[in-house]
Amino acid sequence: MIEPAPKRSGLAIWLPLILFGGFFALVIWGLVRPADREVASAFIGKPLPQFNLEAATEDRPGLATNDFKVGKPKLLNVFASWCVPCAIESPQLAALARQGVEIDGVAIRDRREDLARFLATNGNPFARIGKDDLSQVQLAIGSSGVPETFVIDGKGVIRYQHIGEIREEDMPLILAKLKEAGQ
Amino acid sequence: MIAELGLAVLWMAAALAVLQLFAGFSALRPSGKALAGVVRPLAVMQGALVAVSFFCLIDLFLETDLSVKLVAENSHSMKPFIFKLAGTWGNHEGSMLLWVTIMAVSGGVVALVEKRLREDTLLATLAGQAFVSLGFYAFLLLSSNPFERLPEPAPEGAGLNPLLQDIGLAFHPPTLYVGYVGLSVAFSFAIGALITRDVGPAFARAMRPWVLGAWIFLTVGITAGSYWAYYTLGWGGWWFWDPVENASLMPWLAATALLHSASVLASRNALRAWTVMLGVIAFSMSMVGTFLVRSGILTSVHAFAVDPERGSFILALLAIYIGGALALFGIRASTVTEGERFSVFSRESSLVFNNVMLCGILGIVLLGTLYPLLTEAFGAKVSVGPPYFNPVSAIFAIPMMMVMTVGPLLRWRKDKPGRITATVAVPALLAALVLLAVAIMAPGIRVLPMLGIAVGIGLAVASWFPLRGRNLRRTPLSVYGMVFGHFGIAVALLGAAAESAFSTERLAAMNVGDTQAVGPISLKLENIEPVAGPNWTALEATVSASYKGGTPVTLHPQARTFTSPPGERTESALHTRWNGQLYAVLGNEGEDGRWQMRFWWKPFVPLLWLGGLLVAFGGLLALIGRVVHDIKRLRAEDKIAYRKSQQEQLK
Repeated sequence: MIEPAPKRSGLAIWLPLILFGGFFALVIWGLVRPADREVASAFIGKPLPQFNLEAATEDRPGLATNDFKVGKPKLLNVFASWCVPCAIESPQLAALARQGVEIDGVAIRDRREDLARFLATNGNPFARIGKDDLSQVQLAIGSSGVPETFVIDGKGVIRYQHIGEIREEDMPLILAKLKEAGQ
Repeated sequence: MIAELGLAVLWMAAALAVLQLFAGFSALRPSGKALAGVVRPLAVMQGALVAVSFFCLIDLFLETDLSVKLVAENSHSMKPFIFKLAGTWGNHEGSMLLWVTIMAVSGGVVALVEKRLREDTLLATLAGQAFVSLGFYAFLLLSSNPFERLPEPAPEGAGLNPLLQDIGLAFHPPTLYVGYVGLSVAFSFAIGALITRDVGPAFARAMRPWVLGAWIFLTVGITAGSYWAYYTLGWGGWWFWDPVENASLMPWLAATALLHSASVLASRNALRAWTVMLGVIAFSMSMVGTFLVRSGILTSVHAFAVDPERGSFILALLAIYIGGALALFGIRASTVTEGERFSVFSRESSLVFNNVMLCGILGIVLLGTLYPLLTEAFGAKVSVGPPYFNPVSAIFAIPMMMVMTVGPLLRWRKDKPGRITATVAVPALLAALVLLAVAIMAPGIRVLPMLGIAVGIGLAVASWFPLRGRNLRRTPLSVYGMVFGHFGIAVALLGAAAESAFSTERLAAMNVGDTQAVGPISLKLENIEPVAGPNWTALEATVSASYKGGTPVTLHPQARTFTSPPGERTESALHTRWNGQLYAVLGNEGEDGRWQMRFWWKPFVPLLWLGGLLVAFGGLLALIGRVVHDIKRLRAEDKIAYRKSQQEQLK
């Protein structure tokens, strides 16, 4: 059925190919991306913004800026029960907690029952957990995803930002940054 | 010996594919007409050879031939028979061989049975199928040889991941694969039709049974996969928006859209370019999904066989096939005319709307799956989860399901709104009443489940309306197929919404003899004792559960420890009632000697999978209807041709 070719808009026809081109470029980059993925955050050296989050679980208090101004460095972990890498980093967080590091959590866009289930499954290394339903605190401290972990010094100043899950090999770095923040 | 035979026939099949490709394309030119006769036999032989190769690999796994690297790495002599069999495809190389097998066998079947398509389009289609197969042959033979021998036979196999040692998973991947790869036929049909400029109703009718077949397998595969995740992973969830789940959902969405637009093309000769493009997109989504899973480019709980080198290989295949097909589409689509026109208020329009919505969901799932990679390219790492996928896909899904109640009632080409207003008012009113009732009686539940229940009820009723006023015995099977398919979607939606709205959970530390309650069910931990299976040992709890004080039933959740390879897995125990499911998980022993137990009462959750199976059943009815219809027509045509020849002889 060879038909006379009518004119039709050219771009729409090529759109799938263009989109595929974008996809292709993205995954090529994904395959060759460098192994080092450390990002220098603009928030390092700045004090934590003012916030006061309600408690996300029954057995842990909520989280406020003043909880960090106690003279001892702490970790601030941004996580969520629906995030797979957050479950992956839980053994590392548990190990840090066992070494006496205080870890405070900010649960992003979560539900209490999901969170309870997540903590029951993966362990609860947190001293305090604040509930951040609209990602307000998350955005205010320069975090764009979950999980992320911040080293906060005893005066409430952000000293280090770790993006992505904490893996076994990241532990020495995190501990070194904590020590640095304690000096 | 078997391994060498398997490898040899695989190489031979690849050689035949080369021949099929060249013979097919040469036969399209006037000078190559002589070659037209060999294309079909080549396709059939190629399919048969690959099947032999696949059976060789199955045999190696059943024999546990530890001199073969793949067997030694993935199997174990002590494994039960069924898992030895499943071990064949429970790894990268074996699953790629399965992929090629399905592709070549379906190409062979097309060559054997396809009679409606114009001969040149069929030749181009078979050449296209050979072209696509070749890439995967190259991948298999050059970088993932399943028949590779070890220099020294291994003393014992490394075993199969305990999570995968489950009867559901033994058949889940092959089911999905038949679906993924079955779509390659639609892809080749689309390429063939673009090359010969033969996009029309005959093309759609020829392609439709293949899409339906692949789609049925995908539906069953996704349903089974969701149930598998639900009962083995022990977290009580049934869909996690994990990249691998998304990889199976995306081809299904594209195939669903393709199925509907092919119907429009077959009956009304409209939506030509759109149907061809969906034919290309559906299999492209299968390939993209495979790539995302195999390359390790995204973190996934399923990631097996993660290997960047293989990733690059599949990526090159994607560039050639998807890029090539879309470029061909760009070049040729301008010569495909729009076809018949239709009014805004017509069945075509409702199908177009649903097509756009399906593609919308497809788009947001693809975007959500790639988003972590996309933001990483700009220096930020994020994880995208249900808080994005659930509401955003609902934005498309809810309107789509509303239109689904109306669409099948509309007439082709042009209809008047007044004709169906009274009919549609019934489900609409019902949905509104349900919404009101839920809002009053259970005010705590969230908006999406609430809407889901209302729309689900409305659709469940409205899906039967297309049978109204018809003679039920003379209604074509394909109409029943549509009715069951749409009803199944409503049932699944109700199951999902009820689960999300009304589930209750109980986490408890229990001593033997303790009692607990979850929802309407009271529970008692009777005892905990060790049990042994063929290649595992387990602690098994005996829990008696009684619904509202009725006769108790016994559940046996287990915590299993596997020996080869070492690993642990919870085996949850389920008790299904007509109105819901009790889900019990045995956790660890606490420091105080009490056992951590977890229970869920999930009202109506089995509807979710029942709905999925109903959808597949609808697809099966439609497929049988179409195939029987085609056979009848072919017979009638044969008869007419026979009579004609007889009459001519008489003359």
